[in-house]
Amino acid sequence: MACNSSGCESGCYDREKDDGSKISVEDAVAGGGNQESVCVKCKCNEPMTFGDGGSDDGRFCAECFRNNVFGKFRLAVTSHAMITPSDNVLVAFSGGSSSRVALQFVHELQIKALKNYEASRDRSLPVFGVGVAFVDETAAFPALSTEMVDAIEWVRSTVSSLSPPAKDLHVVPVESVFGSDSLDARDRLVKLLDSVPDDTGKEDLLLHLKMLTLQKIASENGYNRLVVGSCTSRIASHVLSATVKGRGYSLSADIQHVDARWKVPIVLPLRDCVRLEITRLCLLDGLKTVELACRSQCGINDLVSSFVALLQEENPSRECTIVRTAAKLTPFYFNKIPETDDSNVPMATQRRLKRFNIKYDGSMTTEAFCPICNGPLNRSDSSGLDTFEECLESDVLYAACCSSCRFQILPEDGSSLEQFSSYLPDHMISQVKHQKVNSQAYLREKIKDCLLLDDEEVV
Amino acid sequence: MEAGEAKSKKAGGSRLCCICNQRRPVLKRPKTLQQICRECFYEVFEEEIHQVIVGNRLFKSGERVAIGASGGKDSTVLAYVLSELNRRHNYGLDLFLLSIDEGITGYRDDSLETVKRNEVQYGLPLQIVSYKDLYGWTMDEIVKMIGLKNNCTFCGVFRRQALDRGAALLKVDKLVTGHNADDIAETVLLNILRGDIARLSRCTSITTGEDGPIPRCKPFKYTYEKEIVMYAYFKKLDYFSTECIYSPNAYRGFAREFIKDLERLRPRAILDIIKSGEDFRIATTTKMPEQGTCERCGYISSQKWCKACVLLEGLNRGLPKMGIGRPRGSGNDQKDTKARSTAKSIESKQCGSLEF
Repeated sequence: MACNSSGCESGCYDREKDDGSKISVEDAVAGGGNQESVCVKCKCNEPMTFGDGGSDDGRFCAECFRNNVFGKFRLAVTSHAMITPSDNVLVAFSGGSSSRVALQFVHELQIKALKNYEASRDRSLPVFGVGVAFVDETAAFPALSTEMVDAIEWVRSTVSSLSPPAKDLHVVPVESVFGSDSLDARDRLVKLLDSVPDDTGKEDLLLHLKMLTLQKIASENGYNRLVVGSCTSRIASHVLSATVKGRGYSLSADIQHVDARWKVPIVLPLRDCVRLEITRLCLLDGLKTVELACRSQCGINDLVSSFVALLQEENPSRECTIVRTAAKLTPFYFNKIPETDDSNVPMATQRRLKRFNIKYDGSMTTEAFCPICNGPLNRSDSSGLDTFEECLESDVLYAACCSSCRFQILPEDGSSLEQFSSYLPDHMISQVKHQKVNSQAYLREKIKDCLLLDDEEVV
Repeated sequence: MEAGEAKSKKAGGSRLCCICNQRRPVLKRPKTLQQICRECFYEVFEEEIHQVIVGNRLFKSGERVAIGASGGKDSTVLAYVLSELNRRHNYGLDLFLLSIDEGITGYRDDSLETVKRNEVQYGLPLQIVSYKDLYGWTMDEIVKMIGLKNNCTFCGVFRRQALDRGAALLKVDKLVTGHNADDIAETVLLNILRGDIARLSRCTSITTGEDGPIPRCKPFKYTYEKEIVMYAYFKKLDYFSTECIYSPNAYRGFAREFIKDLERLRPRAILDIIKSGEDFRIATTTKMPEQGTCERCGYISSQKWCKACVLLEGLNRGLPKMGIGRPRGSGNDQKDTKARSTAKSIESKQCGSLEF
């Protein structure tokens, strides 16, 4: 493909070249007299030209480009202890390019670990296990049912075509969080979504339900990590949309490499890779993807995404800057893999962990979470909690939610709120009840220095 | 749209103002999309500002307060509402109008005429401070010398200091400015886009510079720009609405357009952005430059000389590039101008009025 992009800086002429083809070393050496047409990193191979308008188009050869992206992934994994030999990892796979690359990289990591295992004499480090999860959202998008069937078929063939070690695939419908009776569950899901008046709220609620489904799959099948393939671009959009929805307090919880507020900690190993790199990699490695048109075209999330795309066009590093800004916000105590006294963890890993450990301010811990979005609650948000001792369940729900969920997800009037809360998955409702206990603990924390007795004796 | 639309439909059925239930509604309130009558609009508009003033304890009785008046809609409405509330609720404030004459022919001279009329209309004493008197240069002269690039840097730096000097002349305790909710939401977004965590942490505070000589506050922090325009329109207030001739297209920034799109989709979004800005978990230890005084003019400065003196020295010595961009090494110059030009296209007001 001829490169006619303005961002193209060096190394490409009007040469027609197929994407994905690798240029042999001899070719590059032969053209060694011309310094311009070699990869800026290895200085020997011919650089790749994608013609996609990216600023570093035509600078790196295929191998260096790939190593660079994989390097970012590996650094994220090792420096945050996302995957250790004893782990059992579940990869959330939507069929999109980011999760496809995440799956591929985890797979490669596993192959490497297996090689090392077989080569090592004492075989002390086991190979981590990998499973794949696909959430079937047909119940929420009945119009897409045929596409969904095709997509599931495609996911099955993709996962089974990966070289061994074999990976378990879990295809689970999103309504499964409502219970095991599939008809009743589907009915509840549809009614729940229908009772949300706001389009963006509906979209976000479905996303939370999807996360709950993934958590359910992970905990029921014995996984202890959930790999989500969110890339920089996706996170940049999330930063802005969270800001726009008034979720500034909980934002810093969502964008870290590790999010262990869930039962099964979520890790984001592709956090430092932009979408352009991901799509290029898919092109380069011939990774096929499938995109279902599930997202609405008129909500806040869509508006934010197109704004970020516009900004990115104007300045190719804007997405990174946005994520970097948000990363400067103070993370929460759960934004790291919980420490284990596992003696299996080798010394080298422990040292590395120490080096990269996120510092968090111990005094800024929160104990209450919004039952709907699981976002940590600001003090001003959760203040109304204790006044609802004897009230209706729906009132308690209202009081326990963050202000953003109150506005965009909860129905306005009392009776529909009542109904809404009756449709919610039991897990969420039980969290509301749990919340009360938590808020008691929170109050206790505040007056701790004046209490004379230890926890149990007082209550 | 979304929830807002449903709400407005509900209200449309009654055909009466949904606050007083007596008069015919004449407008849809931008902040809530309620259909209300003119009288109720005046009432809620003024009452909200009153609550912000009281809730944040912006003023103490007996204080002298200068209103930064440009003659534009925000400051005109601010002057009107503040003098009205001062009377109605007995704030006990001595109010003054403070205008800066940058010396821009065809723009500031006309807008100053508006402010002079306001002086009479609202009975507020007016003080005009000019760049020419303070610095010996008008913006016209500066632009003649340096061209249309970076001129907003000069104007912004000079204005900031000029406002403080004018306030000192008036011996006021506080300076209020007409920054509205849209401005603040935009600043929050811009600081995220630029990675400026230090500014992000303080751009939403309603009062700034409390450690400096004269604190500044923004009573319109939660007031929507659209409602300000609406108020000025219905009250037939006399204001000046021309863009600065040296920064045309100043209102076409990406961020501003984005906020307007958001407002159409969900009016509450502007307040939500401000709320996010207030709630961001930013470590209180974020480094702030140590404040000293300028050795040349005595104005607050973190460096040996304040920015205005550096720029002024450059102008007087015929080296207008001095003080623009980073002082470190000449190699950075080109990079810096590049960064500056890209930053410009995302923000709306280039002329320094967004500096808090």
